[in-house]
Amino acid sequence: MVNPLSTPVPPADEIVTIEQQEVAGLSQGAIVRRRFFRHVGAMISLGVLLIIVLLVYTSVGFDLFGLHVPGWYHHNYVTPYPIELPGGAPTWVLPFDFGSFPFGQDDIGRDAFARVMRGAQQSIVVMVVYGLIAGVLGIVVGAIAGFFRGWWDAILMRLTDVIIIIPVILLGAVVGRTWGSLGAAGLAVMLGLFGWAVLARLVRGEFLGLREREFVDAARVAGASNGRIVFRHILPNTAGVLIVNISLTMAGAILLEAALSYLGFGIREPDVSLGQLLNDYQGAFQTRPWLFWWPGVFIIGIVLAINFIGDGLRDAFDPRQRRMPGKIGPYREMGLILSAPFRRGGKTVSADDPLAPGDPATHRAEKAAEEEAT
Amino acid sequence: MWSYVLRRLLIAVLVIFAASFLVYVLAANSGDPLEDLRGSTAPNKEALIAAATARLNLDVPPPLRYFIWLGGVLKVFIGQIDLGQSIDGFPVTTLLANSMWSTFQLVTVATVLAIIVGVAIGMVSALRQYSGFDYGVTFIAFLFFALPTFWVGQFLKLNVAVAFNDFLQDPVITPLWMILISLVLAFIWASAMGGQLKRWAINFGAAFVVALGISLYVQFTDFFQQPYLGPVWIAIIGAAAAVVLTELTTGLSNRKAFYSALTAAALTLVAWWPVQYLFAYFAEWWAVGLVFVAVIALSGVAAWLWGGDDRAVSVRAAVLTGFIGALLLFVDYVLGSWPSYLSLTNDRPIATIGSQTADQEGWSIWLQSLDSFTHLLLPTLTIMLISLASYSRYSRASLLEVMQMDYVRTARAKGLNERTVVMRHAFRNALIPLATIVAFDLGGLIGGAVITETVFSWRGMGMLFVNALRHVDLNTIMGVFLVTSIFALIFNLLADITYSVLDPRIRLN
Repeated sequence: MVNPLSTPVPPADEIVTIEQQEVAGLSQGAIVRRRFFRHVGAMISLGVLLIIVLLVYTSVGFDLFGLHVPGWYHHNYVTPYPIELPGGAPTWVLPFDFGSFPFGQDDIGRDAFARVMRGAQQSIVVMVVYGLIAGVLGIVVGAIAGFFRGWWDAILMRLTDVIIIIPVILLGAVVGRTWGSLGAAGLAVMLGLFGWAVLARLVRGEFLGLREREFVDAARVAGASNGRIVFRHILPNTAGVLIVNISLTMAGAILLEAALSYLGFGIREPDVSLGQLLNDYQGAFQTRPWLFWWPGVFIIGIVLAINFIGDGLRDAFDPRQRRMPGKIGPYREMGLILSAPFRRGGKTVSADDPLAPGDPATHRAEKAAEEEAT
Repeated sequence: MWSYVLRRLLIAVLVIFAASFLVYVLAANSGDPLEDLRGSTAPNKEALIAAATARLNLDVPPPLRYFIWLGGVLKVFIGQIDLGQSIDGFPVTTLLANSMWSTFQLVTVATVLAIIVGVAIGMVSALRQYSGFDYGVTFIAFLFFALPTFWVGQFLKLNVAVAFNDFLQDPVITPLWMILISLVLAFIWASAMGGQLKRWAINFGAAFVVALGISLYVQFTDFFQQPYLGPVWIAIIGAAAAVVLTELTTGLSNRKAFYSALTAAALTLVAWWPVQYLFAYFAEWWAVGLVFVAVIALSGVAAWLWGGDDRAVSVRAAVLTGFIGALLLFVDYVLGSWPSYLSLTNDRPIATIGSQTADQEGWSIWLQSLDSFTHLLLPTLTIMLISLASYSRYSRASLLEVMQMDYVRTARAKGLNERTVVMRHAFRNALIPLATIVAFDLGGLIGGAVITETVFSWRGMGMLFVNALRHVDLNTIMGVFLVTSIFALIFNLLADITYSVLDPRIRLN
């Protein structure tokens, strides 16, 4: 019998060919979508993010252009309620008995759950608005600088330098202090107006490279206008870099807003933000730890989910970074040994023969062995 | 190249002018600097307001006032820079000089540690791509990315520090915890070492025994109350350092280098006895410096005397080992002051506020070192955890890319062993993009430690800046901005120059 472990791992080229067969006849968009939907981490994160958004918006409701949409939760985030449990402890008994104050109450009796939900809404608003504004500005500035070069480039890039050199926390603090009273959307707009610099540099770099490529020359010879070349030919080629970086910028925006509100320069009372909650409640850590944990959990949850989605997009857009199934490692090997008696046929697997039938690694190793034999 | 540097500096100066104007106007419009005074109940309120207005030129509109400030800055060319006064009437230059050192201390220690640990973790996870270790590290790095600095800081301050200080009241590790900790450490070690099941099991078992042995030793020698290294541990750690450093720099097959490093470890051991007398009689920083210089120099000379074809390589291994040895000697002596430090702090040594104990009257330099260490510990950890994540990701990506290069394949094809391929061919080239990122980060960190400093009440530039912003203290804001932006620009320039030095294919123009 052929010992699968002693056979060499199939060379990278062969896997590429399998992949090529797999994606043959598909458009670029379809390939990217398919890769993205197969990225387990990104899919889980997308689900988690959707659940968070739904929970956050439906629970305490939200205001849309002065119109209040009520939520299903029975408390709001400003009214002090009578303290239910001593010290305002959470009424949530695991797993499903939520009680009337699942996240507890603060020192004057306000509902922690409602406050956290409202804070998370602000974070999401900041993330989306900031991402949109910084994204659009970054793309426009970078595209003009990279495509037209010359004076445009010199002036726009010096402007970018000016904004990059100002430490982000300084800028945010000045902006937040001046316009923080505008609420989350206003703050996000102002932050976004200064947040495009890194993205613009990146876009410019991509454009400088792409504008010299043959397909651009071909389009120009065919009589395409500048606008058409930029939007139809060059921009789609930078989509991968753009989407990945905008998603990471959005995650950064949540942390920036939270940090500003923590320092007292962001969203102000009576409105609520996750960073501001942490700032308010840091003194209560010893007596009311739940006030400190939940805002943190929501910030981390949202940012983590976005980062994983960004990672999935990166893998989807950049085939060089694709995950290739590696050699069988010690954990799978151990798992196979432990599960051997329970598998069909009850075949015992030793360390010398760790590959189970039906295992993709087995399949690959067998294929390699066949090829070596022929 | 000099013309390039000159041109970059010129542009940098213009950029700073533009940016400072922007910040000045923005900051001036962010509030009323006289708000505190206007609300005061002092009988001479009007006179105070008039005095402050005259002192800070508040009657001049901000865009014009900027040029008054700029005039003071430009006096730097005649050697008497004037950054104006803060609202309370202190000269900004003095405020900056006081706070710069503590920020610098915090940022350097954290960055150096983050680079060393981050690069090591990133490289191991790149070499074990798609292993359990790699996935674990990736997940933890993403988690650290998502952590808000202030939340980590608060968590460390309110939870970890308090718990550790409580633990020190009665430092007993129960056997269950001992076994659990050893199991976790062994698991991480074995995963990092990789290999098939047999090798994994051997690594796991060995690491478990070592970790359990150390925790038993710590328990039975009452290490947390009376920590002590002594000649035995200096010999063991020194020898281990010699083995590891030689293996990393040249490989153990280079016998001369290995013996040189071992000689350095032996020298450290021999130096232990005289050092005890030296430090007891001269508790001064120059004595510490002397020990470092002497041990390192003697190690270098000893390595040179071993001779061989490749002396420079032996000297390098020996000097690195000598440095570790000197550090051990210093730590060993400082640990001797731990019991008295414990009693000075009422058995709660891990500080959560400030950069040092306020009253250090009559403290020896050993106590001062311990004091700095316990104060630095938490803020450094906070900054470190977050930069660590990005360094490990960058070094992983960079090493993965380099390992696919043709010259790595060529090196393997020549028959070089894996250590040489990784350390000499791949690692060096993988460091190039990292150098840029590190320089870039350092520039940003000087101003970016704002949150950490606020959480830990660390009197650095970040604290100064936040307080100035609260009171619309324009001159102080501008002072901090000037320092941070100059640092940022210098480090960016350094990043570009390092890049071209490390990779000669890149030309500056």
